[in-house]
Amino acid sequence: MKTYRMHVLVCAGTACFSNRSMAIKTAMEKEIQKRGLEDEVQVIATGCNGFCERGPVAVVQPDDVFYQELKEEDIPFLVEEHFLKGRPVERLMYVPKPEEKPIPKMVDIDFFKYQRLVVLKNRGRIDPEKIEEYIAFDGYAGLAKALTSMTPEEIIKEIKISGLRGRGGAGFPTGLKWESCRNTPGKVKYLICNADEGDPGAYMDRSILEADPHAVLEGMIIGAKAIGARKGFIYVRDEYPLAVERIKIAIAQATAYGLLGKDILGKGFDFDVEVIRGGGAFVCGEETALMASIEGRVGRPRTRPPFPSEKGLWGKPTNNNNVETWANVPIIILRGGAWFSTLGTEKSKGTKVFSLVGKINNSGLVEVPMGIPLRDIVYKIGGGIPGGKKFKAVQSGGPSGGCIPESLLDLPVDYEELTKAGAIMGSGGLIVMDEDTCMVDVALYFVSFLAEESCGKCVPCRVGLQRMKEMLTAITEGRSQLKDIARLEALAKVIQEGSLCGLGRTAPNPVLTTLRYFRSEYEAHIQQKKCPAHVCRALITYRINPDACTGCGVCLKACPVNAISGEKKRPHTIDHALCTKCGSCKEVCRFDAVVVE
Amino acid sequence: MDFVREIVTRYGGRESGLIAMLQDIQKRKGYLPEEDLALVASEVKIPLSRLFSLATFYKAFSLVPRGRHFINVCLGTACHVRGGMKILDKLERDLNIKSGETTPDNRFSLEKVRCVGCCGLAPVVVIDENFHGKMTQKKLDQVLKKYE
Repeated sequence: MKTYRMHVLVCAGTACFSNRSMAIKTAMEKEIQKRGLEDEVQVIATGCNGFCERGPVAVVQPDDVFYQELKEEDIPFLVEEHFLKGRPVERLMYVPKPEEKPIPKMVDIDFFKYQRLVVLKNRGRIDPEKIEEYIAFDGYAGLAKALTSMTPEEIIKEIKISGLRGRGGAGFPTGLKWESCRNTPGKVKYLICNADEGDPGAYMDRSILEADPHAVLEGMIIGAKAIGARKGFIYVRDEYPLAVERIKIAIAQATAYGLLGKDILGKGFDFDVEVIRGGGAFVCGEETALMASIEGRVGRPRTRPPFPSEKGLWGKPTNNNNVETWANVPIIILRGGAWFSTLGTEKSKGTKVFSLVGKINNSGLVEVPMGIPLRDIVYKIGGGIPGGKKFKAVQSGGPSGGCIPESLLDLPVDYEELTKAGAIMGSGGLIVMDEDTCMVDVALYFVSFLAEESCGKCVPCRVGLQRMKEMLTAITEGRSQLKDIARLEALAKVIQEGSLCGLGRTAPNPVLTTLRYFRSEYEAHIQQKKCPAHVCRALITYRINPDACTGCGVCLKACPVNAISGEKKRPHTIDHALCTKCGSCKEVCRFDAVVVE
Repeated sequence: MDFVREIVTRYGGRESGLIAMLQDIQKRKGYLPEEDLALVASEVKIPLSRLFSLATFYKAFSLVPRGRHFINVCLGTACHVRGGMKILDKLERDLNIKSGETTPDNRFSLEKVRCVGCCGLAPVVVIDENFHGKMTQKKLDQVLKKYE
């Protein structure tokens, strides 16, 4: 193998990729060649680095210099200065705040400093399309150990010792799940990797598949050995083309290396994996619906029991785990369950990957030890709220989760504590909301989402969510009375208790948590007919502040309905009869003269 | 029609491959023409109604042709709190169609999607296969010009 003195790791995760990071890579390679450095400097496209907000990003090793917001025109200078002359380029480095100094090294940047990488250890380090690079960092060593020196019972015992719990949301102990499937009699058993990441605002699984697909495969092969399965399925969203492509490449490479297929590692064990692309239905994240979809049917859940470990795919015992759960398995087998259980809290072991998004300075993908205070995630890693705005809430757990208010920011993040607060761990979406976010609107957003995604099989979910949506819409339009809050709560209870599957049973959570922590916002909508966050369109008006308006006319041109009038260089006015409250004027105004009330 | 048979063969003519078959037809034609569905049904030996139930249940499928360019406005939670709705409103207004419709000149089809998983770039609009991030109403005009 060739050795290089310098490696440039260009992020090719979805966010950087769509910000033209591959063009950056090509430009670098061209420049490197031009200067005759091709035997010294290697450029590698990696999986998601995590710091999506600053994309396209690249890391130069061994110097550990982090470059951000790269443009193609920066590349010749960068190559000459840093790669050739060894002088890192300050103006392309990360600057936390305008008045502060740039931070050259990745380890010194707050966003990275407080993370603990276990599942994402290979992110931004290896080329996910090259199995050799995965192997160079202990890849498939866990599988070798499991196949050569462990019995299936010992593998399951190790997973139990680790305390690993399902990362898909519910947090069921993985070892127990495997054991129950192993103990169910039957010759044919199946294994599923659930990569139908449907929660809006969550993209952990996508990034894991894109950054380290072999870790997921290795976990699945180990699991197959433990359970006694010969066939596995990865059910992945078709909206994630890059993840689909990378996992397919990984399967082909692992098969070519004898790590998948017949007689794996010469140990007489056979296992195949097939990729199934989801059809785009949120409910297919529910395991019984997912299995129906793999069988080629409409994805509607069924009652449990029988559980999939008894009767799953085509009636055979089936074990289903989420992407992140599978990706944890190789390192647990390699380093031991006891090592893994030193990470995290008493009941929640290991780390958790979160997508930290919304009204936050450092949007991106973060991996932290379980039990870290929510405040550290939002402020230390996330860098707080942009634009000097006030923090309002963190939404955790997607449509099944809840909104956690500022008073609970010191909450340690683990399964139990989040559930106590009325939210759930869920798959790991953390959406930060500031004072400009209306909590009634957020509740309506999730309920509308779920009403649309309800499969329609059971009445409480199908009809209940529609009614709930109508009631919330009425509140946001100022057509409600105070007693409607009690009706909303009563309806929530019926939906929770009467629904068939997890989608319906958890659907009222966003409404119940916002009512619990932000009731005054509901009351303001109902009693004062005001939206305190100035979001709900029926309850706000746009106005131009004559003292701030310079009469530049930009808003007048931007208004799609000609509701703005005024002479040049004189304060303009908005005709409320015409205004559709689209916000175009506010967006274009450079003098903050457009006020929402 | 040969390509439909080829697609059916690709998935072994099995019922478990139905969704994948429809996905491939959808990708190639931009929608699911009735005659193609009828052919799949007869090849796999299932009633046509089963294919219609799949085609109407899953979001990925359309039974009507789509325009030359397919605009998907992300309304995931991150995009929602960063103003994704305003972007959708503007598109509906400027193109004079509702989400789920196609412009009369066949240039654009408009659809909303629940999270494309690049929340760091919110709000996001995906046109054909290109991601346009940190979208504003103003930027949108420039972006649309690139798609004729």
